[in-house]
Amino acid sequence: MGEYAPILVLGAIAAGFAIFSVAIAPLTGPRRYNRAKLDRYESGIQPTPVPEGGGRIPVKYFFTAMMFIVFDIEIVFLYPFAVAFDALSWFAVLAVLLFLVNITVAYAYEWRRGGMAWD
Amino acid sequence: MNDPVWVVVLKAVLIFVILVLYTLFNIWFERRVVARMQHRVGPNVNGPFGLLQSLADGVKLALKEDLVVKAADKLVYVLAPILATIPAFLAWAVIPFGPEVRIPFTDTYTALQLTDLPVGVLYVLAVTSIGVYGIVLAGWSSGSTYALLGGLRSSAQVISYEVAMGLSFVTVFLYAGSMSTSEIVAAQEDLWYFLPLVPSFLIYVVAMVGETNRAPFDLPEAEGELVGGFHTEYSSLKFALFFLAEYVNMVTVSAIATTLFLGGWRAPFGLAQVWEGANDGYWPVLWFLGKTLGFIFLFIWLRGTLPRLRYDQFMTFGWKVLIPAALAWTVAVIVLRKAQQEGQLDRTALLVAAGVAAVVLLATLLLPGRRGDEPAESEPADEPDFDAYAGGYPVPPPQAPHVPTRPWTQTAIAHHARDKEDSDA
Repeated sequence: MGEYAPILVLGAIAAGFAIFSVAIAPLTGPRRYNRAKLDRYESGIQPTPVPEGGGRIPVKYFFTAMMFIVFDIEIVFLYPFAVAFDALSWFAVLAVLLFLVNITVAYAYEWRRGGMAWD
Repeated sequence: MNDPVWVVVLKAVLIFVILVLYTLFNIWFERRVVARMQHRVGPNVNGPFGLLQSLADGVKLALKEDLVVKAADKLVYVLAPILATIPAFLAWAVIPFGPEVRIPFTDTYTALQLTDLPVGVLYVLAVTSIGVYGIVLAGWSSGSTYALLGGLRSSAQVISYEVAMGLSFVTVFLYAGSMSTSEIVAAQEDLWYFLPLVPSFLIYVVAMVGETNRAPFDLPEAEGELVGGFHTEYSSLKFALFFLAEYVNMVTVSAIATTLFLGGWRAPFGLAQVWEGANDGYWPVLWFLGKTLGFIFLFIWLRGTLPRLRYDQFMTFGWKVLIPAALAWTVAVIVLRKAQQEGQLDRTALLVAAGVAAVVLLATLLLPGRRGDEPAESEPADEPDFDAYAGGYPVPPPQAPHVPTRPWTQTAIAHHARDKEDSDA
């Protein structure tokens, strides 16, 4: 088998196990109706009502996600550079350093503007 | 590497079985070690040394009622535990357990690794990230406030620490000249990478704890504030799947650490010189699992020792300490290594400079800092007249106007009263 097909075999075994577990759970367990059991659990107090459409989510999570994308792309560019490092000259190293500086400027700017501050 | 189908299936089944057994063992191991750290005994009844405890727990979970809460988005709610479990196992497709061996009773030779991708480590990063979807969707689909908060926290946490983790890999690829796990292990024949790349190794170890949602970074399931976090609304085997995924992920990051920094399946330092066959046959599996178990112990040790961080401290640490440190170290390695390769830098000069830098760093850490010189906060000399009611908290029974309290209780109540005054003011 090729390079990638074995991954599918392992994935099929794991998926089979997971799906089997989820499917068998209602059959092995008891089923006793109780209204409170099917309600949201919030330590026994009356659950807070969930707003329509799930409500609003703090914008900080959005900032974090955007920063993650920027840095992840930076890293993905660094990997091939690192693998081919021995064959590259100072020119390539300086090019990558310039690339890192560009991202670091934006990173420093966001730091100063409080984009990374969690209250 | 082109194995026949039956070899691939055999290896895949073996990896799956090893991971499930390792998880059962780890749960028991964690409970026993944490128990010892807390002067308890831990589970010791079921089976020898209580080894069958986790199996018993699994069976018990299967016999529990499988709840689907009323507010849940049914389809996503059922899919989430499956989505969390599959990627946890998939990452093991590229982890090398050992060198090429002969399968017993046959003439087939095969490497103890399911498949050897040229982008092995990148594949592991990609697949483990998919596991986050399981957690986020579990939190979102439960229709519960606590679960949603847990899922959000978890996703933000995992992506934050993945950046530091990814940066720490760059230097390893630089040294090994490859992203394939087996070639990285081969490149560490003379020197394990955790020695020349200590900062990378340390950054990775911190990031892997954050990545797996383990103490002291277990904020997504902070039981004091979020009940159980993303799996609050799950019961029965669905809950067991989340548990399984968490423990498999723990072993995965430990295995990556072993492969990239601790020489993978290679025998411990010096053993290969004393004993010729230490790196042949099936022995490497033992070294590999042993090193992995060392990291598992580290996880448990951290859990038994450190209190949980606050969420803002945790994010600040990730974005303002770990990532700048990882970036600076990566740039330093890139520049120094290129200078060394181009012959502009002497190896001894580099080692001397590194030694001086290490001494300076240690000195700044060990010298008494200015913060330590502040006088310790002294107890207020004259306590005010003790008020048993302490502004109404805690309220003693009305029959007991004078409550005899121990000194430390008195101090606590006084502190509370003072805090209350401050907040009122």
